[in-house]
Amino acid sequence: MTVGLEHYLTVSALLFGLGLYAVLTRRNAVALLMGVELILNAANLNFVAFARFVDGGVEGHIVAAFVIVLAAAEAAVALAIVLAMFRNFGTVNVDTVNRLKR
Amino acid sequence: MSVDMLQIPDWSDLGGFLPETVMFGAFLLALLGDLVVRRRPVVPFAVVMAGALTALALSFAGLDAPERTILGGLVVVDGMAAFFRILFSLIAVATLLVSWASEEIMGRSRENKGEYYALIALMTGGMMVMAEARDLLMLYLSLELVSLSSYVMAGYMRNSLRATEASLKYVIFGAVSSGVMLYGLSLLYGLTGSLTYAGVRDALAAGAGDPLSLLTVCVLLLAGLGYKIAMVPFHFWAPDVYEGAPTPVSAFFSVGPKAAGFALMIRFFYTTMQPAVDRVDWRLLIAVLSVATMTFGNLVAVRQVNVKRLLAYSSIAHAGYLLMGFLMLTAEGLQAILFYLLVYALMNLGAFLFVVALNNSLKSEHLDDYAGLGFRSPWAAAMMIVFLFSLTGLPPTAGFIGKFYLFAAVMHEGWYWLAIVGVLNSVVSLFYYMKIARTMYFTKAPADAPAVPIAPLHYVTLVLLAAPTLFLGLYWGGFKDLADRAVQHFTAL
Repeated sequence: MTVGLEHYLTVSALLFGLGLYAVLTRRNAVALLMGVELILNAANLNFVAFARFVDGGVEGHIVAAFVIVLAAAEAAVALAIVLAMFRNFGTVNVDTVNRLKR
Repeated sequence: MSVDMLQIPDWSDLGGFLPETVMFGAFLLALLGDLVVRRRPVVPFAVVMAGALTALALSFAGLDAPERTILGGLVVVDGMAAFFRILFSLIAVATLLVSWASEEIMGRSRENKGEYYALIALMTGGMMVMAEARDLLMLYLSLELVSLSSYVMAGYMRNSLRATEASLKYVIFGAVSSGVMLYGLSLLYGLTGSLTYAGVRDALAAGAGDPLSLLTVCVLLLAGLGYKIAMVPFHFWAPDVYEGAPTPVSAFFSVGPKAAGFALMIRFFYTTMQPAVDRVDWRLLIAVLSVATMTFGNLVAVRQVNVKRLLAYSSIAHAGYLLMGFLMLTAEGLQAILFYLLVYALMNLGAFLFVVALNNSLKSEHLDDYAGLGFRSPWAAAMMIVFLFSLTGLPPTAGFIGKFYLFAAVMHEGWYWLAIVGVLNSVVSLFYYMKIARTMYFTKAPADAPAVPIAPLHYVTLVLLAAPTLFLGLYWGGFKDLADRAVQHFTAL
């Protein structure tokens, strides 16, 4: 069996689903951010697979490289905010942080 | 595309990229200035102010210029880009003035005031790039540049529980929705085999993509773009973020990134998705979302007693009005959106500025604390009335003219039901805007109500925003002409 485009797309769709599931069910802010990483990497896998099988060029690879860097920047900002949350609230559970009126 | 075909950016391209270069330069200079001269926020403030004014002056030249693609095809410079550069520079200048006299930003206990001003420069530059992106990669990068800096700005008061909660909610919603959008972009790339808007358009025109996959792509993309403009059902963050963030930051968020999101959506949907309209009726999809957005925003705003939160819901409703013009796909609709965005920036910044100015002495945004302000602070209250009239869309204010053009564009395309829903929504909005006016003028202030001195700089800025809001209601020709000129070379129509 050769590994084709469908296989990559299936794996990436699974990753995307798992990431979304983590985001919707986890209440720990750090775990939530890990779900976001899964979503980003699912998109990355898509970009690389499409570059290989559809486009035949390097554009998709370049996007993936950019997204990896951006994910790192986003993690830095998000973790800094989670740190501020821990200092102020003493917890990283997002459910306990709802002082603003619903 | 193979490696040798990749275009190396030409240095002469920077000539067309000057306003952005100035803003990013101002960001770096402000950071550096803040490092060299500690505890003198006036240095970064002056640097960013000078940068924004320079960018404003530089932007006017591009209004009549024909379309030009620069920086290796990532960015397009045309009249619309110039219009948004002008708009964002103006918003930056107004935000700087609002922030400088605000206790929430400049209070004695605040740290890192210089970084705050540097971030305004970075965001302004990022928003300008959002209005110019013509490549899926640039679309994502510019959107994230603005998002990442706004997460930090929302949490600027890092010891405040409310601000921390605001930035946490913002970063989580933002990260998820932009991730979902990126997944949509990857699918679009797979369907069309191209990253540039032109390539995507050609592939879609040639019949790439079946209805179901195109619908999926549209929905995934709208998650990211809808979050940026606070469109239902991706609006959840907006009320909490606007309420928790420092008020000058809320003012900035409610006009800047929202307008940038619209600029990005206009260029993306008008250029790439137009050929696909026979396979996926995204116009109807957006029409439904537009109705949901304005109706939800207006109905929930009625119940609010916190003025910041009320204005947050009102800004959600305004995104709904703008979406009506967006889905017309006509030059008239586009001109109406651009003009409305300009008017909206004036009146919404003005309304938020009133909240900032009062917060300095009241330390509260609760509607009950606004009782009797019409007599405790008559001039500021009178200007707030101008902004409220304009937000409702009553003559003789700019908001009326803006709404008039917007509804006219919708009617001319035969979307009568949409225009009727929009007018009915404006009637609902009258109720809650006038609730503020009623409290200010017809509710007696308690005897121990504190005095409300207003900073001179805030008075000046209020006048600078209120005067054009009234003036544009009577003589709008010049500014409407600005919007008309901006779209004359927009080829995607």
